[in-house]
Order: sequence, then C-alpha cells, then structure tokens
Amino acid sequence: MAKVLVFVEQRDGKLKKASFELLGASAKAGNETHAVIIGDGVAGLANECASYGASKVHVAQDGALKNYTNEAYARALVAAIKTVSPEIVLASHTPMGRDLLPSVAAQVDGALATDCTSLAFSGASLTLKRPVYSGKAMADVEYMGSGIKMATVRPNSIGVPKPEAGKTADATNLTVDLGGLKTKILEVVKGNSARPDVTEAGVVVSGGRSLKSADNFKIIEELADTLGAAVGASRAAVDAGYRPHRDQVGQTGKVVSPSLYIACGISGAIQHLAGMRTSKCIVAINTDPQAPIFQVADYGVVGDLFQVVPALTAECKKLKE
Amino acid sequence: MNLYVCIKQVPDTETKIKVNGDGSGIDAAGIKWIMSPYDEFAVEEALRVKEKNAGSTVTVITAGPDRTVEALRTALAMGADNAIHVELPETADSAFAAKALAGALKKEAKVDIVYFGKEAIDDGAAQVPQLVATYIGVPSVGTVVGIEYNGTTLKCKREIEGGAFEMVEVSQPVVVSGSKGLNEPRYATLPNIMKAKKKEVKKMSLADVGASPSDQKIKMKGLQLPPPKQAGKKIEGDAAAQAKALVTALHNEAKVI
Ligand SMILES: Cc1cc2nc3c(=O)[nH]c(=O)nc-3n(C[C@H](O)[C@H](O)[C@H](O)COP(=O)(O)OP(=O)(O)OC[C@H]3O[C@@H](n4cnc5c(N)ncnc54)[C@H](O)[C@@H]3O)c2cc1C
Repeated sequence: MAKVLVFVEQRDGKLKKASFELLGASAKAGNETHAVIIGDGVAGLANECASYGASKVHVAQDGALKNYTNEAYARALVAAIKTVSPEIVLASHTPMGRDLLPSVAAQVDGALATDCTSLAFSGASLTLKRPVYSGKAMADVEYMGSGIKMATVRPNSIGVPKPEAGKTADATNLTVDLGGLKTKILEVVKGNSARPDVTEAGVVVSGGRSLKSADNFKIIEELADTLGAAVGASRAAVDAGYRPHRDQVGQTGKVVSPSLYIACGISGAIQHLAGMRTSKCIVAINTDPQAPIFQVADYGVVGDLFQVVPALTAECKKLKE
Repeated sequence: MNLYVCIKQVPDTETKIKVNGDGSGIDAAGIKWIMSPYDEFAVEEALRVKEKNAGSTVTVITAGPDRTVEALRTALAMGADNAIHVELPETADSAFAAKALAGALKKEAKVDIVYFGKEAIDDGAAQVPQLVATYIGVPSVGTVVGIEYNGTTLKCKREIEGGAFEMVEVSQPVVVSGSKGLNEPRYATLPNIMKAKKKEVKKMSLADVGASPSDQKIKMKGLQLPPPKQAGKKIEGDAAAQAKALVTALHNEAKVI
C-alpha cells in the first residue's frame, strides 16, 4: 500500500475522464488515494472524485488558478505534495498534465516517468511501461534514488472504473502563494469542434491522402459522429490541407490508444503506425490488399472507402436504434 | 537579444528499431541520425527573432554523445551563430540531460529566450524544457504554435486539446517549447552546410556544467519490440456486406462499439 496523490484535471469545472482512470487504479490497489483539484470554485467536484476512489480531496482555489498556467498550477501542486507527503504522484499525459508534472518534479526533486501506458502498484513503488521511439518499442521504467515517484499516464490506458454512487468527500483547502506570477492567461480560445479530442476519444476514425479533399472528410466525420468518435488523419492528409495538424496521428503528430481505431485509406507508413499501434482494436479499410496497415489490423476490409465508410455509418446507425 | 536553442539528435523516423543485447537501449548500427523534427521549429523561431533584432545571437546547445555534434552542425548551417556540446552519456534520462543543459545556460552572461521542440521523438518524454526552466529559475510555456513579440513580453499561442488554444503572456527570460505550426523551418543551403563544418563547437564536460550521473532519476530497461500482431480477420463481400459483417464483429466479438 502506498500514499498516492492524483492530480485531477478540470477544465471549465468539468473533470477529465482520464483522471478517474488514475483514481480508480490507485483505489483498487488499496492505496490511500488523495485527489487534488486546482481551479477556481472547484470544491463542488470533490464528491465526484470520491465516487471514483479518492479517500481525501484537496483543492487549490483562486481566481489566478481559473485557467491553467504552468507557473501557478505548479505552485498549487507543490503545495499539495507538501501537505500530503505522498510516495507516488500521478497525472494524465494530457496537454495539461504533461506540461505540469516536469515542472513539479523539478521543484520537489521527484523522479518522473511520462506517457506510461501500463501501471501497477507494488508496495510504495510503481511498475510502469512506456513506449519509446514513438511506440516502435516498449520499455520498463526503473526509478532511481529516493525521490517521490511520479508518473503521467496516457489517457485510455487503464479504463474508467464504475463510479460508486453516494460516496462523498470533504474538500480541504490548500494555501498557495500566488504572488509575483510571471505568466498570465489572456484568453482561452475554444475549439470549434464538438467532437472529442483525438488523444482522449475511445474511438478514432482516421482518413488519409486518399480522401482527396477536405470536403470528402465529411464521410469520415459522419462515421465518427455516429460512434461518438474523434477524427484523425495521416500526415499526408494534413500536409494536403484536408485536416488541421492537431488531428495528425503518428510519430510527429498525436499518439493515441483508443479501444477502436478505424484507418480509412491510410497506407500504414512506419511513422503513422507509431502513433496508433497501441490501439486495442484496429480496423483498416484500404483498396490495396498489400497495404502495410493490414499487418497491424485486427479487421481488414479490402475495399473502396467511398463505398465502405458510408455503408458502415448506416450499419452503425442501425445498431444504435 | 541572447537567444538559445536546445536540440536533440534522434534516429530518423524511418528507422526500424532493433533492441540491443541487454535491452537497455537500441542497436545503433546503421541508424541515420537527424535533429528531432520539433527542434527544427525551435531553431527557425530563434533565427527569425534574430533577423528582426539587430545584434542578436543564436546559440544552439545539445547534450549527448559525440555523434550529436552533427545536429549542432545542422543548426549552424541553418544560421545559428554559436554551438555548445555538453558531453552526456547515451543512457542519460531527461533529468540528467536537463541538469547538463541548465548548467551550460547558467554559464552564459545573459539568457533572454530558450527555445526547445515540444518533445524529442526518441524517448518522447516531453520533460526537458520544463525541467530546464525550473533549474534556471524562469517560467515556461509549452507546445507553442505562434508567438507575438512585444518588447520583453511574449504572447504565446499554446495548443491544448479539442482544437482549443491558450493565449499566454509571459515576460523574458523564458523557456518556450515549439510545435508544428510555429513556422516553416528553412533548409540549409549547400554553402552554409560547408561553412558550418568549419565553425567552432564549444565542448563542455559534465564537470564544467555541474551535472553528474547522480542527477539521473529514471532508467529504461527491458526494451521490447511490440509483439507481432496475429493476422487480422479479412472481411469479405461487397461494401454493404462488409459493413454489416464488420459492425457485427466489432459489436459482438471485439465488443468495442
Ligand atoms: C519526418 C517524418 C515524419 C512523419 N510523421 C508522420 C506522422 O506523424 N503521421 C503520419 O501519418 N505520417 C507521417 N509521416 C509520413 C508517412 O511517411 C506517410 O507519408 C504518410 O503517413 C502517408 O499518408 P497516407 O497513408 O494518407 O497516404 P499514402 O501513403 O499515399 O496512402 C494512401 C492509401 O490509401 C489507399 N487508397 C487510395 N484510394 C483509396 C480508396 N478509394 N479507398 C480505400 N483506400 C484507398 C491506398 O491504397 C494507400 O494505401 C512522416 C514522414 C516523415 C519523413
């Protein structure tokens, strides 16, 4: 058993599913599981943390913490660590978690392993695996020295536990010195997409160069929306201007591991595979039976995506009815 | 302005990884080495700022084994003025590398902006920019896809999830890590590549920068290639039949929809 502190991430007062994965995994292992929420007026989120496994909830609340900045959030998380004195600190490998944890590790002289895809608790330590060379290989992590053991975990790697209804926790306020900050958020520009982010979605539908235009991506979007999925793209599709770079999956794009990845008209270049091969179930739709993508596919559909994808959307709609 | 860029040399993205004998790393034989792709955005950004601010210098720094000097030469060929190579063992982790880079930066008279790529595509740790920022005591802004410069303040456009952006104002000195979208990196011309070969690269030892192997916090071991996938199922028939069969399989067999 260990004392574990989980950085529970919120944006606009909404907690991230990926944080629940960490709370659940820690609680299931029988750890003393603390949650820390940082934001402005976030104490009301404490019960939700409790329902996913937190036994204690700490909150850092301040106008200066309303939106994320590395500087202010690092001070808050360091304050939480000083209060809780955990053996282990966990966060999700999200745009916020991955930016924050290194700064905190440097301040508390902790040992940090980032972007882990499997985690198991062993006494007061952690057994971790992480992809290296963008998923071309996997490595075990060995912690050195006696510092706090810290890790960021790739979203969807563990799975979200079932919440336990009726569980409650009191939020304990942390005191954080927020004087003399050198960074300031001017504005958070919202994305114009109602779809989930490609790194967080449970299902990703990706299209390649073969879509031939931004407009044709509509059929990919329709399938994605039917499945509540995110839209991804190959670099060739991004370079051709069919999709923004934020949708790019691969070695120089996003690394994703959804439970289902559907690659439509993507050849499966080594750089693309690096970004999606840890997906639990991979479907490839491609006219070329020799396309390398079929080597990693659990289900291979040799066919024209312009026919198969709309047919798939129709079948999925039937399933939902 | 005193501009710094920290870069890393990594295997080319085409590389097929082979694990070395004891699983502590990769077999380096036959690997083509490149500057990590995100670092190119960092070098380009520094060069553009230099070009707009007369009297500025761009210094590139890398920490790594001897081969990594080649990455410095690439940056010099792109237009960097000075280069520093800190000798660091192959097996160093982010914390050790960051201590080495921070140590080199602390020896400099004045540091205004330190640019990084948002992550290196070998270990993909995405730690070093923030670690260095903390070690040298300056703020950091990560995954930046646009910067507006006003005097000594920077307005950074930081990419977050769901197509959203954070607009962050920060004052110098500062660490910024860049991502695709920040700019279009230039190619080095042949004459500049030739010239870069003759430029001096300043060598620093771990003792020079005050770093040591005890700065290392984690170690990678037991490297393994992903298990080869079993041959997948082929879904036959016309498009309608394939769609039906696939959805049935995903629903009943794989249970993912
Ligand atoms: C430094 C570097 C970094 C890179 N990083 C990335 C990265 O992060 N992500 C990435 O994806 N790539 C990356 N690449 C590019 C990569 O090498 C490939 O060029 C790219 O992935 C190809 O994209 P694609 O599969 O869409 O296109 P193509 O390779 O052109 O493949 C198109 C596929 O569509 C199939 N097809 C054509 N028409 C149809 C149809 N009607 N129906 C069904 N199938 C059809 C074809 O058979 C073919 O297999 C990188 C390259 C370099 C050099």
